[in-house]
Amino acid sequence: MKKYMSLVVLSCVASCLLMASPAAAETVQSLRGAREIESPSQKPEVEKLIADQRPIKRDFVQQPPLIPHKTEGYLVTRNYNKCLSCHSWANYKSAGATKISPTHFVDSHGKELTNVAPRRYFCVQCHVTQADAPVLIENTFEPMQAIK
Amino acid sequence: MLEDNRGWWDKLRRPSARYSVLTLLAIGFVAGVVALGGFLGELKATAQESFCISCHEMRENVYEEYKNTAHFSNKSGVRATCADCHLAEDLLPKMARKVAASREVFHKIMGTINTKEKFEEHRLTMAKRVWEGMKANDSRECRSCHDGKSMDYSKQSRRAREQHIKGDNEGLTCIECHKGIAHRLPDMREIDPSAVIIVQ
Repeated sequence: MKKYMSLVVLSCVASCLLMASPAAAETVQSLRGAREIESPSQKPEVEKLIADQRPIKRDFVQQPPLIPHKTEGYLVTRNYNKCLSCHSWANYKSAGATKISPTHFVDSHGKELTNVAPRRYFCVQCHVTQADAPVLIENTFEPMQAIK
Repeated sequence: MLEDNRGWWDKLRRPSARYSVLTLLAIGFVAGVVALGGFLGELKATAQESFCISCHEMRENVYEEYKNTAHFSNKSGVRATCADCHLAEDLLPKMARKVAASREVFHKIMGTINTKEKFEEHRLTMAKRVWEGMKANDSRECRSCHDGKSMDYSKQSRRAREQHIKGDNEGLTCIECHKGIAHRLPDMREIDPSAVIIVQ
């Protein structure tokens, strides 16, 4: 009898969960909107990148600085890194650019290298260009006092 | 008629007895026009993109890379094709380039760069040759479109303006900064090691 009762309770719980799941799907909206999985997404607007502006203020201390210019056609390959043609320590002065930070010469074992560390070579993994586009989700983030 | 026993050279040198000067001039003129037309036509044909990429060395390497750049596709739809950057407009330097191209024909026959790996191996040498040529002629082919006299720096972005003014003051020419804008760059470690990934 005890066994039978526990089965009933279990099935009740299971059916409750099953009924609750569609409601949960309605409250959590994906950025894509309420669309069938197979249906195509709405075409995103083609946003133009911001061509050129002054360096953008950081919002938090550890933030990788944003790229305040276009980078179209800038290749980062095994042969050459177009970003570093201005932002490397050898080039930043003549280019009038910001130089990469000393953290970029340290490898994953904390060893100081004599050139940019391979893990820091692929700039756009952290640094990104900006487009004048509407925000996808509003947020109320405030920079901390030290850099406000 | 007298038997003519003279050699062919003497025959050629002897004045014509049969044709009037006018006829000879007319024939010479027509032949000249045909020859010149053929010559110019060939010059034009060998300056076509389709001719350049008829070799797989060009088609599969530099041409593929160029297709992703602003000189192939851009907002205004003006395209610069191979010859616009690599061939002079004026006849004499154009002829000089055509003669120099015999080296390319030779290496095509020898198969010097007939694989991707061989091409990459020679890319620095070839790129340097082009850079040096452009530096020597003050980026003449760049300037046949991007004329400094019609370039309004005040309409450029701040970064571009500052760099252009600086370049002018230092007497630099286009190619000294604008390398690798239409093709992939070679391994640059000997030119700018600070911008190359070096695994230590």
